[in-house]
Amino acid sequence: MTTVLTGLEIAHRIELSVPGAVDDAKPEAAFIQADKLIDVCTYLRDNPELQFAFLSSLTAVDCLDHFEVVYHLTSIRLNLRTAIKVRSYERENPKVPSVTLVWAGAHFQEREAYDLMGIAFEGHPDMRRIFLWDGFAGHPLRKDYLNLPGGQMAGLERFPGEPGDALGGRG
Amino acid sequence: MRLDAAWYDLRDIGNAVGALLEQIREWGAPDWVPYVTSSVIAIVGILLWTVLSVLAFIWIERRVVGLMQNRIGPNRVGPAGLLQPVADALKLLMKEAITTRNADKTLFWLAPIVVFIPTMVVFAVIPFGEKMVLADLNVGVLFLIAIGSINTIAVFMAGWSSNNKYALLGAMRTIAMLISYEIIQVLVLLGAVLFVGSMRLGDIVAWQDDYGVWLLFLQPLGVMGYVIAGAVEMNRSPMDIAEAESEIVAGYHTEYGGIKFGFFYQAEYLAGFAIAAVIVSLYMGGWTLWGLEEWVPGWLIFLAKMYGVFFIYIWSRGTLPRLRVDQLMAFAWKFLLPLALLNVLVVGGEVLLWQEQDLSSGEALPLFGAVNFGLAVALVIGWALALGHRRPEKVAHRAILTQELGAIFYGDIAPRP
Amino acid sequence: MTLDGEKIIDADMVIGYLHRSMEKLAEERTYTQNIPFTDRTDYLAAMTGNLAYVLAVEKLCGVEAPERAHWLRMIMSELQRIASHSVAVGIFANDCGAWQTPVMHMFRDREKILDLFEMACGARLTTNYMRIGGVSRDVPPEFMPAAHKLVKELPKKLDEYEDLLLSNEIIVARSRGIAVLTPEQAIAHSVSGPMLRASGVAWDIRKADPYAAYDKVDFDIAVGTDGDVYDRFVVRLAEMRQSVRILEQALDMMPEGPVHAILPTATVQPIGNPVAPLAIRPPVGEAYGCIESPRGELGFYIVSDGSPAPFRFHIRSPSYINLTPLKLMSVGRTVADAIVILGSVDIVVGEIDR
Repeated sequence: MTTVLTGLEIAHRIELSVPGAVDDAKPEAAFIQADKLIDVCTYLRDNPELQFAFLSSLTAVDCLDHFEVVYHLTSIRLNLRTAIKVRSYERENPKVPSVTLVWAGAHFQEREAYDLMGIAFEGHPDMRRIFLWDGFAGHPLRKDYLNLPGGQMAGLERFPGEPGDALGGRG
Repeated sequence: MRLDAAWYDLRDIGNAVGALLEQIREWGAPDWVPYVTSSVIAIVGILLWTVLSVLAFIWIERRVVGLMQNRIGPNRVGPAGLLQPVADALKLLMKEAITTRNADKTLFWLAPIVVFIPTMVVFAVIPFGEKMVLADLNVGVLFLIAIGSINTIAVFMAGWSSNNKYALLGAMRTIAMLISYEIIQVLVLLGAVLFVGSMRLGDIVAWQDDYGVWLLFLQPLGVMGYVIAGAVEMNRSPMDIAEAESEIVAGYHTEYGGIKFGFFYQAEYLAGFAIAAVIVSLYMGGWTLWGLEEWVPGWLIFLAKMYGVFFIYIWSRGTLPRLRVDQLMAFAWKFLLPLALLNVLVVGGEVLLWQEQDLSSGEALPLFGAVNFGLAVALVIGWALALGHRRPEKVAHRAILTQELGAIFYGDIAPRP
Repeated sequence: MTLDGEKIIDADMVIGYLHRSMEKLAEERTYTQNIPFTDRTDYLAAMTGNLAYVLAVEKLCGVEAPERAHWLRMIMSELQRIASHSVAVGIFANDCGAWQTPVMHMFRDREKILDLFEMACGARLTTNYMRIGGVSRDVPPEFMPAAHKLVKELPKKLDEYEDLLLSNEIIVARSRGIAVLTPEQAIAHSVSGPMLRASGVAWDIRKADPYAAYDKVDFDIAVGTDGDVYDRFVVRLAEMRQSVRILEQALDMMPEGPVHAILPTATVQPIGNPVAPLAIRPPVGEAYGCIESPRGELGFYIVSDGSPAPFRFHIRSPSYINLTPLKLMSVGRTVADAIVILGSVDIVVGEIDR
């Protein structure tokens, strides 16, 4: 069985070797300062007790007041999993350092995050859009892309037919 | 030979034509009239026959390849799909023949014609029966090779004038292939010509009939070389790199649509028939079958053999994957070419031996056959080993099965299960 | 591709022609309504796509499916693996030039598997079979005999394919030594699935982090040693054999019981019938659930904010990420090799573009 290192445990370990890097620690992931990101990632990859050489997934989330870039890491040798996150509070042009030098597999995933969320990764060898064409205006996966009239955003507040609904849903 | 020359003797249609020409001469027509008449009759006959054969073989090929692939093949259009080729031909005729804007218009328009004509012209020298040759040239074999090489120019015209990088790439590959294998063709056919002593195809067939043996048995290296070189000339799998659909769309005929593509398509089949016809004439006794031609018309025997050889080509198309272009050319230059040269040397030596020692054919031919066969086997195996091709492993390379998670087995030379 | 004659100097991927913005669409639909989306990402392996998503949501909600559902999920995944690898191996032989003959033969077996799927859930390709908390319905009585029959016939067919394809001179010449990926390169480029195992790394999520009854059956991980195109081919054929082995055990060992859990009303607020709810409101949080799909590690990252629709729905698609070393593998090779290399990565464009 894979051992999942919770955010708190991995934050503790990171704090020991790269002090000042951890911003916040929650059970699901450790939040890292953007400027220390590459050091932390190199530490996670090279430390013989962790050996997180495999980047499972790199993705971005638009939490309405900030952006989060989530890194899911796997250690093949030691069968461990963990997750770290980086926050960016800028709304227009968020910037996060690129980890392509640490894990080459981040190349396409960062391009996708840039294309769909608009997060520019500094130090990426080829920062351009990948799914959408070059002149596309906007970043579609953002929550405020093409805001519907009335300030309504994408999402489902209520499922039509929920109990207590005006339409008299089934209970 | 052994045929009586009555005009109704269907065993050789040349009899009927000959009788007609006699009649025309008796009516006092000028000299050129019988000549032109015979040519016209032969031309019309060849045209009709080739076109009908192509139509028939489109159906046969698709059904046979379908059966090899465990599926049925076209069976909707007409009874058992027999009208499928007609449907294909009509579709091609009715499609708009687009000429791309940046294409070189004259060349673009000329290329299909230039591809089609040589493959038809080749049939002029092939003997379908004793008196059924359109042009009984003294240099028949040379004519074959020369006309066959016009194909190369046509392919280049097609690829270049399309103004499409994939078409050009396909054309370049095809030309490289065609040139390499033409040299081999020439050398191999030279072996056959040396043995017989004449370049006239009718003479070669007659020689095989007189001595009662097919050149197939006497020159195995030659046959092997020509079959392979022929497959390449036909652009047919396993050497269909020119039109490898998964690789470069359709190679040099990417930009062609409608009836222009129809010309390329038909030219491929005609080239196939031409090569099969040459193999049959030169190596398999042509229209003779050790005396059977007294009862069965010679041209029927010829057609049966020709279709049989073409069937083997269809078979190899349905079965074998295709080689890469550089592998194919390495095969031509490093493997087939030395063997073809050695073949010429050996054949020349044998002919000299035969003439000088004044041996009878009963002793010489079996001896030569045995020597050639043994030499062929030894050379093929020996030269392949010398070039570094080892025997393919009888037990294929298998995966390692393990339960250790996270272990790395790269570069392992541990024995496989 | 930038070419110099036939040699490739530079290769760039141009994708996005099948981009359907699934991740955005999923933010407006309930969790159950998103299950058909997961069919259509990797349409050649719909069962595993469904399974990955449903496992991620179950992780988020803390719901456990009943025993029989686990075994059914495993059986369907392994059948799907055989079907998907049939396509991959057949198309690889097609790319090498064997004019669709191997494809047709392998599709014959795939047809039988698709018939089984039709028996189970009504659809052949986009199955929509898994649900959050189990599977949508139990298999009909005619499923088991048909599955047993298929599992008896498959090993002979696999022997035939291995004999014909693996020792064929031309296929060996077209694929041995081409596009070698060392294990360090493969791991660094986040390659997963048969491509990673062909490079010699024995990593299979079914063994590393077993889900759906994989820890109760016995099977091996198939690993290659050279990391070239030929080894990827060999690994896929060997995996088909292991799938047959799993199926033989699973079809006998499957217990009886319900196939759908009753979703706990407290944590997961189901709307409608608790066994087959119209929608659920999972607790606030996030989860990353991944499985071993026929192409590699298929993962779903789901963030929930308590509403009936996911706040963020991200698909970690193996085909997309396995293409990362494509430039590394193709530069210096010829155009003909590029086709074979792309065939060995075993991509499904629906998964790449989502």
